[in-house]
Amino acid sequence: MSETGPSLITIFMSMALINNFILSKFLGLCPFFGVSKKLTNAISMGAAVTLVMVMASIATTLIYRFILVPYKVEFMNIIIYILVIASLVQIVELFIKRTNITLYNSLGIYLPLITTNCAVLGITLINAQANYAMVQSIISALGGGIGFTLMLIVMSGIRERIEFADTPKSMRGLPIAFIIAAILSLAYMGFSGMI
Amino acid sequence: MNEINKENINEDNSKNNVLNDSKADEVSSEAAKESIIVRENNFISQSPHIWRGISSAKIMYIFFASLIFPSVAAVYFFGLRALWVMLASTITSVVVELIIKKARKKNFKMDGSALITGLLLALTLPPRIPIWMVVIGAAFSIALAKEAFGGLGYNIFNPALAGRAFLAICFPTFMTQWYLPGNSGIDAVTSASPLGESFVAEGSKIAFYRDLFFGNVAGSIGETSAMLIIIAGILLIAFRIIDWKIPLVYVATVVIMSLIFGEDILFQVMAGGLLFGAVFMATDYVTSPVTGLGRIVFAIGCGLITFLIRRFGAMPEGVCFSILVMNGFTPLIDKYIRPKPFGYVKPQKAKQAK
Repeated sequence: MSETGPSLITIFMSMALINNFILSKFLGLCPFFGVSKKLTNAISMGAAVTLVMVMASIATTLIYRFILVPYKVEFMNIIIYILVIASLVQIVELFIKRTNITLYNSLGIYLPLITTNCAVLGITLINAQANYAMVQSIISALGGGIGFTLMLIVMSGIRERIEFADTPKSMRGLPIAFIIAAILSLAYMGFSGMI
Repeated sequence: MNEINKENINEDNSKNNVLNDSKADEVSSEAAKESIIVRENNFISQSPHIWRGISSAKIMYIFFASLIFPSVAAVYFFGLRALWVMLASTITSVVVELIIKKARKKNFKMDGSALITGLLLALTLPPRIPIWMVVIGAAFSIALAKEAFGGLGYNIFNPALAGRAFLAICFPTFMTQWYLPGNSGIDAVTSASPLGESFVAEGSKIAFYRDLFFGNVAGSIGETSAMLIIIAGILLIAFRIIDWKIPLVYVATVVIMSLIFGEDILFQVMAGGLLFGAVFMATDYVTSPVTGLGRIVFAIGCGLITFLIRRFGAMPEGVCFSILVMNGFTPLIDKYIRPKPFGYVKPQKAKQAK
């Protein structure tokens, strides 16, 4: 449990750009293709995912450090994290519904959807694997969430533009979205090896 | 009437929430279909609407003519082999475009855009790449990066660069084998791209700059001669085919970053594909922003990413990737950076800032 690791900026940049969740880890593809049709929805979804990612990292880092490691049951982390994330999202949803109904309405369906978003489980497992301390795992979750949001925004911008394009019929909708994602992924491969 | 129709579509889209209301989604997709039909009848064309009296085919052919400069340099420095690469790439591009247009039962117009894509792709490849790879790259460029989006005018990414990035990721060993010009025989000397090396000895610096300027260095077949690319760029700007903002701001950003990080400025500018990318790639009409300010933002982004990849990344060269990344941001830049409309008053909520 060494407290010295890669610097916080390195972790942030690595999670946001170089090891981007969508383009290089291929996690969270479901919301990436499902909610990237409109820019406003993409921003809400990205914000919601970032929020849940940070909260889930805080919770799971605590559990990992003070429950799993002392009792030597680290192999249980996947199943425990799933439970923690699911219940956490439910609690957050209830909390937001009671305290801030406007935010609740603007997040809408996205909050419960995040429960099954593999990017959230991914970030907690990556944090556990890299054995990040609390601050590091928060920064890494923040970087991952912001990278995810950035890609959603870029993707929705592109999809809004090609909405009225003369795309072949067989290519409209998801197929062209996959091609865009592939070319984006090629482009962001250029960042590889920076860290 | 058509204007009204478009307004309705916009309203529909802004109201409709994708996941909550599937009915609204259906309505909007129907409206979208209608508008496509309208557009195909040439009632509404996409922006820009100001016509300069010069057709896009004419622009393409002037652009193509300017590419003769680096092409001649390529054949001069790398021999006939470069010519085969260029021929394979252009022929594949045109043939693939023809096949796809025929398959979609569309008119195939020889507007020169496929020629340009093919030649641009060839000029960014190393001289001794196998011909079948060139064919794959050109087919990828045209089929997936251009025609899949609907053809000229709709592609988001620069097709030639997408093809180059595809080849660079798929065949990294072939794409990073550079050869010194002059000896095109079998026993050609393998050499690192100048950017891949740390640097040459102090004494030969001036000779090295001279080689970089005239093009007697290893590299992709079209990017070695800085002089000819600059001449072609000045001609294109003089004929008002490309906007001076993108190349100038792009190179200036790299210069400023080199100053900050203490890199050799002349070397950073002349080596690698920076000039080639700034003049021929980043200035592509379709994939770069429309407004002047947007173009400056685009070029600064390209410059920053190029320098970051060169300085910190695993790849020796970042021009191709940086322009592709910024191509992805182009729709957003166009969405948020718009010219102030005439007589615009600020406090009102501007619904359509056109």
